[in-house]
Amino acid sequence: METKVKDIIAKYGVDPAQIIAMLQDLQSAKRYLPEEDLRELAAILGIPLAHIYRIATFFKAFSLEPKGEHIINVCVGTACHVRGASRILDELERQLGVASGGTTSDQKFSLETVNCLGACALGPVVVVDQEYHGDMTPGQVDKLMENYR
Amino acid sequence: MKRIQSASELEAYRQECMASRDPQRTVITICAGTGCQAHGCSNVVAAMQQELDKQGLDQVEVKATGCHGFCERGPLVVIHPQGVFYNKVKVEDVPDIIARTVKEGEVIESLLYALPATKEQISLEKDVPFYKLQERIIFGSNGLIDPTSIDDYLAIGGYQALSKALTGMTTDAVLDEVKISGLRGRGGGGFPTGRKWESTRDVDSGVKYVICNADEGDPGAYMDRSLLEGNPHSVIEGMLLGAYAVGATEGYVYVRHEYPLAVANLTMALEAAREMGFLGQNILGSGFNFDIKISRGGGAFVCGESSALIASIEGQVGEPRAKHIHMAESGLWGKPTVLNNVETWANVPVIIDKGAELFRSIGTEGSPGTKIFSLVGKVNNTGLVEVPMGISLREIIFDIGGGIPGGRSFKAVQTGGPSGGCIPEEHLDLQVDFDELDKVGSMMGSGGMIVMDDRTCMVDVAKYFLNFLKGESCGKCTTCREGILRMYEILDKITRGEGELSDLDMLEKLASVVQEASMCGLGKTAPNPVLSTLRYFRDEYLAHINDKKCPAGVCKDLIHFEIDPDACTGCHKCARVCPVDAAHGKKKEPHEIDQEKCIKCGMCYDACKFDAVKII
Ligand SMILES: Cc1cc2nc3c(=O)[nH]c(=O)nc-3n(C[C@H](O)[C@H](O)[C@H](O)COP(=O)(O)O)c2cc1C
Ligand code: SF4
Ligand code: SF4
Ligand code: SF4
Ligand code: FES
Ligand code: FES
Repeated sequence: METKVKDIIAKYGVDPAQIIAMLQDLQSAKRYLPEEDLRELAAILGIPLAHIYRIATFFKAFSLEPKGEHIINVCVGTACHVRGASRILDELERQLGVASGGTTSDQKFSLETVNCLGACALGPVVVVDQEYHGDMTPGQVDKLMENYR
Repeated sequence: MKRIQSASELEAYRQECMASRDPQRTVITICAGTGCQAHGCSNVVAAMQQELDKQGLDQVEVKATGCHGFCERGPLVVIHPQGVFYNKVKVEDVPDIIARTVKEGEVIESLLYALPATKEQISLEKDVPFYKLQERIIFGSNGLIDPTSIDDYLAIGGYQALSKALTGMTTDAVLDEVKISGLRGRGGGGFPTGRKWESTRDVDSGVKYVICNADEGDPGAYMDRSLLEGNPHSVIEGMLLGAYAVGATEGYVYVRHEYPLAVANLTMALEAAREMGFLGQNILGSGFNFDIKISRGGGAFVCGESSALIASIEGQVGEPRAKHIHMAESGLWGKPTVLNNVETWANVPVIIDKGAELFRSIGTEGSPGTKIFSLVGKVNNTGLVEVPMGISLREIIFDIGGGIPGGRSFKAVQTGGPSGGCIPEEHLDLQVDFDELDKVGSMMGSGGMIVMDDRTCMVDVAKYFLNFLKGESCGKCTTCREGILRMYEILDKITRGEGELSDLDMLEKLASVVQEASMCGLGKTAPNPVLSTLRYFRDEYLAHINDKKCPAGVCKDLIHFEIDPDACTGCHKCARVCPVDAAHGKKKEPHEIDQEKCIKCGMCYDACKFDAVKII
């Protein structure tokens, strides 16, 4: 694992213009952006750590906090919203006991929202660990979660 | 794969590709777009192949294609050459499809699409009303080809426009054709594509760029995703033609990171195009050089804005810049740049191949061609529809979309996403094009068309968009950063039943300041959803403010659930689904809701088969 930053540099070269792609790779490898890795990147690329933090906090794809084992993404895009996405989010928040954006204390689940997954015809959509579940209702939330508990 | 070095070699190779595709051969196409994958199509594809192998039917081909548009009904299976159309296909259905339809030519009724009203069953894809009324000049190929096969694209005439341009047309002729076609950008604003190209062409510079905007941040729209996933070569070919016309040598596709399949299919398509010599040096022996790179977006709506997008490709924070300098002169890395939307690019090969005049014959005078809409929300047939400009909203929503589900009534259609507005019933006969939508206070935008029924609260919808935009504002302009927030707070107050009449004046005042004093399109158009709902649905705002009621039954603080004892049969269903034990009662006796406990989730309302649960 420690060599991850080096792998990324090997892939993209010492090219500060590729910073967003590098952070994306780091994020998918570690599910968040650990501080020590960002420091290492900044040092190798010769750019200020603050610049990396600015990018890491600007884009929604990045997280500076460790995420849970399972990532639950509720689409709250317009199509899903008019078909009742907020009631599904409410129910997930209630069942997990965390607000959207949070991670359960046992580190099992992170609950997030997304503004459209491009599967609007199936709304409301919930994605758990990349797996799409369309036409969700609040009543189905319990059954869905059972698969991951 | 061999490198193709001239137009005649391309033609010869195309003939080979076509010859290996016997039109009489049975081909089973299965949609493998994101929507159908969510419905489990991958298992259907695997089962189909297994079953064919098992039965030794090796002359039958299975093809996993991109999105066919009718995503709501997925997984979709079409059996060619007849064009038999099956919807909602499950793995269990596969042996039957092969035994009965493929082998015996028999149609399986239970898998056919049935008209919602009459239950009449339809066997062939071309007869399904959802498709019949469309004109799918760019999206139609999606259902015919395997997006990972360049040969498939060549077999349907792919790269023909490129070969025509490079061998028979000057760069000016290509530009002229696009200008004459009247093509307007499909990314939102509808700027004439030919004029945009011309300004870039006119700049004298060594390096120029063309960029494809595949950020698609508009929530509720997904046509760019489906095009890029389902027919990546059409976008590549469009970019090649644009690059040739303006003299660009490098291109970028900026794709949002939420679209992994689009990135994968595009990556594969770029490699194939490079190997065959459609990208790289001396393309088709014409001396033209061009290549394309992919840039993955970080997932911010504002990155779809041109200057923010460029900053993001350059590895900077994706914030808009003031536009006193035009991209045509100084875009990516300070070089002249053309930026167009995915769908815009996909239109270009059609124009060059078929000619500007043919293109102009479709659509309206001011907005030629077709537009792909994402028809979603409270409508029966949800999915992507490609229609000629000038078709009415009513035809799209009722004839193609099949109307509103559950016998409810139409209330509004939202077009143009966060920059657009809500259009009420009185404008249903409006002929959709760039200018007509503007006239009623909405806009074309990227083509999101979200249908709303009487159970949608328009104040809530306005609040929804502002909530979205307040999270997406980059924060540079005070009017945008603070103005949207204030407008949101006012709407939130109204939906909680604490609104006052003077709030509406305040909203209108704020709207005009935010519109006028914000730098980029995000801020400039942010008030539109509020203004259009105020214009057409003021009554609903007044009900929230004066009567403290939400007529649509959405705003939680203004509603509660009650059981009508006369309608209740005591079936106990509501009590079983209620997550907090608020609905209770003895079996076979009228039930009740404990208002103290109730969290207003509405599960009892959805569960009750006897309409006994009322929203008050
Ligand atoms: C906030 C904001 C977001 C935008 N998002 C997109 C987008 O996701 N996709 C897109 O093609 N255009 C988007 N646009 C419009 C682009 O800036 C640009 O006008 C368009 O890509 C030009 O392409 P066209 O001429 O082919 O329409 C956005 C504009 C703004 C102001
Ligand atoms: S209008 Fe809003 S999003 Fe656009 S530059 Fe200003 S603050 Fe940023
Ligand atoms: S589900 Fe409806 S009919 Fe059944 S007990 Fe509840 S309110 Fe009564
Ligand atoms: S609205 Fe939800 S919480 Fe309230 S009674 Fe119905 S099911 Fe129970
Ligand atoms: S709005 Fe939810 S997937 Fe598009
Ligand atoms: S994803 Fe299959 S029809 Fe759209």
